[in-house]
Amino acid sequence: MRNIFRGFGAVFYKEALHVRRDAGTLFFSLTMPLLQMFLLGYGVDTNIRQINTVVYNADGRRESRELIDRLKNSDTFHIFSYVQNDHDLNDLIISGKTRVGIKIPVDYSDRLLHNMSAQVLVLIDGSDSSVAGQAINVTTAIGLDESLRRVLKDRADFAVDMRPKLLFNPDSRSPNFFLPGLTAIMLLNVTTFLTAFSIVREKERGTLEQLFVTPVRPYGLLLGKLLPYLGIGFFELCLILTFMRFLFRVPIHGSVLLLALLALPYLFAALSLGILISSKANSQAEAMQLAFLPILPSVFFSGYIFPRETMPAIFKPISYMIPATYFINITRGVILRGATIKHLWTDGLALVVIGTVLLIIAARRFQNKVIMA
Amino acid sequence: MARTLQSNGEVAISAEHLVRRFGSFTAVNDVSFHVEKGEIFGFLGPNGSGKTTVIKMLTGLLPLSGGSALVEGLDVATDSESVRERIGYMSQNFSLYYDLTVAENLQFYGRIYSLEPARLRRRIDEIVELNGLEPYLNRLAAQLSGGWKQRLALGCAMLHEPKLLFLDEPTAGIDPVARRQLWDLLFELSGHGITFFVTTHYMDEAERCSHVAYIYYGKLIADGTPNSLRELPDVQPHGTMRVEITTPEVTRALRFARQIPGIRSATIFGQSIHALIDDHCNLDDLREQLLKHDIAVGEIRPLAPSLEDVFVELTYKHQALLEAARA
Repeated sequence: MRNIFRGFGAVFYKEALHVRRDAGTLFFSLTMPLLQMFLLGYGVDTNIRQINTVVYNADGRRESRELIDRLKNSDTFHIFSYVQNDHDLNDLIISGKTRVGIKIPVDYSDRLLHNMSAQVLVLIDGSDSSVAGQAINVTTAIGLDESLRRVLKDRADFAVDMRPKLLFNPDSRSPNFFLPGLTAIMLLNVTTFLTAFSIVREKERGTLEQLFVTPVRPYGLLLGKLLPYLGIGFFELCLILTFMRFLFRVPIHGSVLLLALLALPYLFAALSLGILISSKANSQAEAMQLAFLPILPSVFFSGYIFPRETMPAIFKPISYMIPATYFINITRGVILRGATIKHLWTDGLALVVIGTVLLIIAARRFQNKVIMA
Repeated sequence: MARTLQSNGEVAISAEHLVRRFGSFTAVNDVSFHVEKGEIFGFLGPNGSGKTTVIKMLTGLLPLSGGSALVEGLDVATDSESVRERIGYMSQNFSLYYDLTVAENLQFYGRIYSLEPARLRRRIDEIVELNGLEPYLNRLAAQLSGGWKQRLALGCAMLHEPKLLFLDEPTAGIDPVARRQLWDLLFELSGHGITFFVTTHYMDEAERCSHVAYIYYGKLIADGTPNSLRELPDVQPHGTMRVEITTPEVTRALRFARQIPGIRSATIFGQSIHALIDDHCNLDDLREQLLKHDIAVGEIRPLAPSLEDVFVELTYKHQALLEAARA
């Protein structure tokens, strides 16, 4: 009777002992994500407000001052300074002190009074696309609004009245957007490192070679190594969710239980990735470098920071191979949109498939002992 | 290759034409030998000559590029899992978990071999008793000295009562007392019918083995009991004898000794020179010749070749053959 999981119990128990002995590593790996959470939760706000703006008001009469007040009241612009010539206007933008320059021409009020079209020059620093986009939208909207007010002097209703309503994150709070995604990245980070290191350490020590001379089977060995760290990852998830809910006040609209359930295949995939890394690395330093490899694509191609919709077509397939892509959809789905298993089962299934494939590749590498040669 | 061993008992290892290549490099080149049950088989050779590679092939850690090997009657290529049940392996670097205690290390290896709890307890008691590990049971393996680490590693490799143990340089880097104690233990266990496959650099350890083989850059160039190797014609050609010449000026003496007719080869051994001379040479004449060069000579006496002599001679011979083949 050949048991392909032979040795699982022994390895699992031993691995749990390692974890207990090495409290330092455990503490470090549990607190690092929380630290990152504090940084992103408190330090990052993606809502663009108070863009530094320089104004050259060549007109200076009432109409022009009203326009400036409207810009100020939008909350998007902060008037950094007023200048009196074009040169200073350009200079402040080039130096980076302001991102937007507004020039109101000398005939602004005159043209308005004669019912002619008045032009306002808006210079925008395009180096940060999200700031630039916001500046364009708000200035255009203010211009349109000004025009309408002048045309419809009696304040009649607009013919078409768009009423945008933000679902799920009505206040556009940044923590609501960042923290569910961060959960995925942090879990990946911690678990990949932990498993990769736990195996590479055995390689360095020579105990892995010793294990290969015993009847332990690759799946017994790998799962025995994987499961204790699955436990740690799961505990980490609970910790992150607790802080997210009660400290950062991110409301969880869906079922926490579902989130926990779907976290299991994600952790499994992340841990299998760690094992695959360890089959390639021969020293802890090498493992460290390799473990960083999946982090960057997981940050940039998973939709964590940049929307996947804007990704160039050739990168789309990459995003489908990244476990974080699915889990970010799951965390945002459950936490922000109150999604249920009906909406998310495909993501869960994808994670199971990715994890299984990674584990099989890793087990084959261990079976063939490529690592020993 | 010298084959002088008469097989008469049961065979623990039978290696036939083993070959292992790494890319274009042949690490093990057509190596054949047999180890009988209950033997202490000493496997010798310089660093990088293929000792560890052969162990890895026999334990199923490395696939064979050619040849075949039966270990405890099982083919390592096709039945490696059953082979692994029956053998123990102790690697050069004592593969212990340093952050686990002595007891935890033993328990882990016992569980890996799926020993039932009762048997595991009994075996741990036996191993602890045999190796004197009792006082250290709750100490972390990292805190043990080299000798104790080695005993623990040996204990871990023996828990499942293997009939055949591979020890890869078991005494590298441990103190002489621990070294002596280990060998006493090996003799005791071998008396109980356990076979040992031991690699070593120490010639005194080789002398203690019941069967030695010498591998030189992938080729097995000697195989037999220590005594049978001493009598090999290559080592002790017909009409020659080996003498030890004690002198305070070994280096100078060696230079002249090599020029004296009748001396075929000479090497320094501490405060003396070991020389292979024609057996018709007169030892007194030899002394005269050295004194003529102002070399103080203590004693000149006949000497049986040591295993080191054996391996040195065989290595020279093998190198000469290789060069001849190349020319």
